[in-house]
Amino acid sequence: MIQPLTMPEQGYTLTPKEDAIETQMLEVSMGPHHPSTHGVFRMDVVLDGEEVRRLKPVLGYLHRNHEQLAEKMNWLGSIPFTDRLDYFCSMTNNWAYCLAVEQLAGIKVPERAEYIRVIMAELTRLQNHSCQAGFLLSDTGAWGTPLLYAFREREKILDLFEAASGARMMCNYMRFGGVRADVDDDWLAAARKVVENYPCFIDELEALITGNEILLARTQKIGILPRELAINASITGPMLRASGVDYDIRKVDRYGIYGRLDFRVPLGEVGDVYDRYYVRILEMRESVKILQQALRDIPEGPSDAGVKMRNFKVPVGDGYGRIEGPKGELGFYLVSDGSTRPYRYHVRAPSFINLTILEDMCVGHKLADAMVILGSVDIVLGEVDR
Amino acid sequence: MLGNGMIQGLLVTARNLLRSYFDPECLTTIQYPEERRTLPENSRCFPFLVYDGTPDNLRCVACKICEQECPPQCIYIEVERDAKTGKPVRRPRVFDIDYSVCMQCQICAEVCPFDAIKMDQIYELSGTDRFGGMLMNKGALLKSNEYYHQMHPTEANEVDARLSQSKKKASPPAAKPAAAPITLQSAPPPRPTPSAPPSPSVPPTPPVPPKSDV
Repeated sequence: MIQPLTMPEQGYTLTPKEDAIETQMLEVSMGPHHPSTHGVFRMDVVLDGEEVRRLKPVLGYLHRNHEQLAEKMNWLGSIPFTDRLDYFCSMTNNWAYCLAVEQLAGIKVPERAEYIRVIMAELTRLQNHSCQAGFLLSDTGAWGTPLLYAFREREKILDLFEAASGARMMCNYMRFGGVRADVDDDWLAAARKVVENYPCFIDELEALITGNEILLARTQKIGILPRELAINASITGPMLRASGVDYDIRKVDRYGIYGRLDFRVPLGEVGDVYDRYYVRILEMRESVKILQQALRDIPEGPSDAGVKMRNFKVPVGDGYGRIEGPKGELGFYLVSDGSTRPYRYHVRAPSFINLTILEDMCVGHKLADAMVILGSVDIVLGEVDR
Repeated sequence: MLGNGMIQGLLVTARNLLRSYFDPECLTTIQYPEERRTLPENSRCFPFLVYDGTPDNLRCVACKICEQECPPQCIYIEVERDAKTGKPVRRPRVFDIDYSVCMQCQICAEVCPFDAIKMDQIYELSGTDRFGGMLMNKGALLKSNEYYHQMHPTEANEVDARLSQSKKKASPPAAKPAAAPITLQSAPPPRPTPSAPPSPSVPPTPPVPPKSDV
């Protein structure tokens, strides 16, 4: 234990706090270009000294009219735009949209395509969570170092994405009823190598930061999200599981082939920033397990159901497709009037809904903690503003 | 012991630093303008137009499917008309792609039924002109089939096989005159570098340094 510092003898006495001059609250507008606000995001923070009393997230700086654009475009045309929602996880965004359309149109996805989709989604989860740990550490003040460790591993996964889909971030890889291009054996071998080495990286990352006393002091008992509040605010994803709620759409819906895969859902106990960080680390380990199974069992066969690309029409009706994205439940609500374009198109973006609870977590903490809490929410502004 | 975790973290950093002197695996960056990584075969950038043999013999028939399907609407096509009769010829008179709008999604290449538009791999295209500097006209977009073969060999061979098959199927019932401008050759003609008027940036190697005026 460190002995508490004692004030050295001074020639004056400090004014006791009760007699302090009456002060005013200070309203600070943080952002929209603050280096630790994760993009163009603004927070109106009301401060009492250094303590946060009120916090209002201000959104919309990156609004791109995604939903309206998709309603003016044919069904296929909005797949590349879903890449740009959460630009870290374009593969899962593609999947969620394709899943919604496939439910609506009743398209059966071939087995091999399902496996490829699971592989891509779990690789996305790996790179998203490792980068999120890096960004969280950046917010606590460890500028660069852990983030670059995460980015080093992310590069390997992005190389895989590039070899399979042609692009590193804006993959545009999934299609209705399958994937755009089949992966070959060389790609699978490369993916196996990356997945084999990934636990080493997770160990390294944990040795680098998990036991770090500064990290523990900055994250434990900070930004506690109680279980009931998390459920009421419809928080999803690792944030919800860090609060101790066992809710993973991969287990609940068993979409794709997740029903056949063996993995566990890590849960937190306290629901603070540290739990949110560590749940993600544990999820990465589970993702590695899923990847090993999927890469072992991937069958031969077609990677596409042969859905026509032009004049693709969807029967009248509405459907909601959701997947467990790395950030939470990513859902697409689509209404079709039987034409070549959606009548209504709505995105349930996990970043946006997880962000609504920010004030409840930040009130009572220091301003510097508000940054760490924001970092632990894991938002991407492309998805928040759409 | 307090500080143990920090020391563990510093050890990780030290290990990586020291290993980088011995293990090339640890050197993850490259000196970019001097050395470039080889792109994977599937890698894509902006679209271009494929021609067989000579630039007059382009595969595009100006059907405008890519123009309709392009999500950001960055393609503009006008059909060429016969000078005497005024009837449309199956060839584009204007084919513009605005690279500053294009988002490299590859949908134009996927929907093209004639395999006429494919994805390039040139990524060094930065320029200083915001307005129109990236607007590529037909001449700038035309690139040879050999160039396509160099970039995406597997895909190009599949395309060639498919095209020669469809040509065989089409040829027995006396070739229609309208199909004449798009006659396709399965085997590329012997001359390696077509001396063509267009192609401002078509040296055969894929990583081409950009022109300073682009």
